[in-house]
Amino acid sequence: MIEMRQISAVAAKEFRDRLRNRWVLAVALVFAVFSLVITYAGGAQQGAVGLRSLEFTIASLVSLVIYLVPLIALLLGFDAIVGERERGSLDLLLALPLTRTELLLGKYLGLAGALALAMLAGLALVGGVLVRNFGADALYHYGGFVLSAVLLGLAFLSLAVLMSVLARDRTRASGLAIVSWFFFVLVFDLLLLGALVGTGGRYGGEIFPYLLLLNPADVFRILNVFSLDEVRNIHGVAGIALQVLGDVRVLGAAMLAWIVAPLALANWRFKP
Amino acid sequence: MRADASMLGAAISLRGVSKRFGAVLAVDDVDLDIRRGEVFGLIGHNGAGKSTLFRMMLGLLPPSAGTLHVAGVPVSGGDARAVRRAIGYLPENVALWDNLTGLETLHFFARLKAVPAGECAPALAKVGLEAAARRPVREYSKGMRQRLGFAQALLGRPQVLFLDEPTTGLDPQAIRAFWDTLSTLRDQGVTMVLSSHILAELQHRVDRLAVLVAGRLQALGSVEQLREERGLPLTVSLRLAEGDVRAAEQALTAADACGAVAVERTAEGLRVRCPHSTKVAVLQALAPLGSRLLDVQIAEPSLEDLFFGSPERWTR
Repeated sequence: MIEMRQISAVAAKEFRDRLRNRWVLAVALVFAVFSLVITYAGGAQQGAVGLRSLEFTIASLVSLVIYLVPLIALLLGFDAIVGERERGSLDLLLALPLTRTELLLGKYLGLAGALALAMLAGLALVGGVLVRNFGADALYHYGGFVLSAVLLGLAFLSLAVLMSVLARDRTRASGLAIVSWFFFVLVFDLLLLGALVGTGGRYGGEIFPYLLLLNPADVFRILNVFSLDEVRNIHGVAGIALQVLGDVRVLGAAMLAWIVAPLALANWRFKP
Repeated sequence: MRADASMLGAAISLRGVSKRFGAVLAVDDVDLDIRRGEVFGLIGHNGAGKSTLFRMMLGLLPPSAGTLHVAGVPVSGGDARAVRRAIGYLPENVALWDNLTGLETLHFFARLKAVPAGECAPALAKVGLEAAARRPVREYSKGMRQRLGFAQALLGRPQVLFLDEPTTGLDPQAIRAFWDTLSTLRDQGVTMVLSSHILAELQHRVDRLAVLVAGRLQALGSVEQLREERGLPLTVSLRLAEGDVRAAEQALTAADACGAVAVERTAEGLRVRCPHSTKVAVLQALAPLGSRLLDVQIAEPSLEDLFFGSPERWTR
């Protein structure tokens, strides 16, 4: 029987720990600086500097989030369990009236709270700029973008906690985190495109859009491409999936699955 | 599953407990009852299986075979939360969270143990950390962390305390305070299981102890029982004037029946080793020396002698 009181005790400790060591502040600053720079200088390659359309700004921020958020979430969570094990505090925690599931959920929720707060604080500045320039309507689109970005962070945090349970030590856990960042952010789309081009589109063309659901970064990309007309024309790979994955509920469910499944697997593997 | 009749009065009961890690048998068929209110020592060389047995008793590791009960509740397959509410645990290396203060750390443990937050400040005072309560743990010395770890173990008035190398890092004053606290807890009927490498500390403070060798329970009993069982000689140290040493040697040799097993010269006189049963005979043999015998000191074999003196004694 899971006791919420135990989960909230662990979550509160974890959250406080991240606030106290200024992790939240540091990540919020990183987001604030990068998002502001991209908002004003995102069009520099096209020879224009300054705030452009809402769609263009969000499209630029999508790229930032896809690189930055998975990395930060993986770095935040990779030692959640293995770190306690290596320090020797895991035995002390598990000798308390606390189940492994409660510890795992408490850890995850505490870290998730810290990550969400840092992202919201960091991205709020750009939100203010967009509302001032494009009116309150901008908040609807930008709010959707921020929500999906937070969900992306939670998905990668869930993966990080799974790695933290599976790895024997912190070094291996950090290695796993780096490899998974490369895989999901850089390699996955290339592999899919390679397979598609290599077979001349003869095999797997129908399932190709669905394969994008196997990568939370692509789910995030499609979610944001779907919401804005102008942005649909910018992204290549994700654009293909639009006709098939046009339902935001399917994408939302896929993102939630990416949050729940790794955590469930971590809970299953987190045994004595 | 409830405790059977043989466990009544036992705070901890182990029946046929074994633990295997692959090909390695870390704990081998251990039967053990630790009585309520008993202070129990667990000793053994590194790799003897102490930590594995400790972790199984805490429910951190399931046994490969056998059953364990703590406070009458089965540790595996039973109500693990009920077991953990009844125990306090101080690990050998207390690892806490550097960014929390001492008081916040105790508040965290208190929440998990469902103990009122108001008990935290007195617990800190009990281990002498009241002045450091609002300092972050990263500023604590090793001894202060150990004391903070002890304070969390005491939260919730546990029935059974597991203390793994509890005096590690403590200064002499803190060690004394620690043993005083344990003495008070013993009077309150708290059962305590201690492991320590500082055997001299244990020998006057445990009611009974168990010696583990290669995962097997090789000896069990009070220090006195183990001394008797092992038949280790006691040591009689004699202080003599230089000219009287030979006379003392001759007196001991003449009284062959005194049973001295070894006589050796020291800077101060002689050191005689003899079985416990012939202690009086040795003293009688020395009686003719009268006032020429300047001083006599008799030392029982220590826990170190029992444990380290002759490892082969611990093999069956």
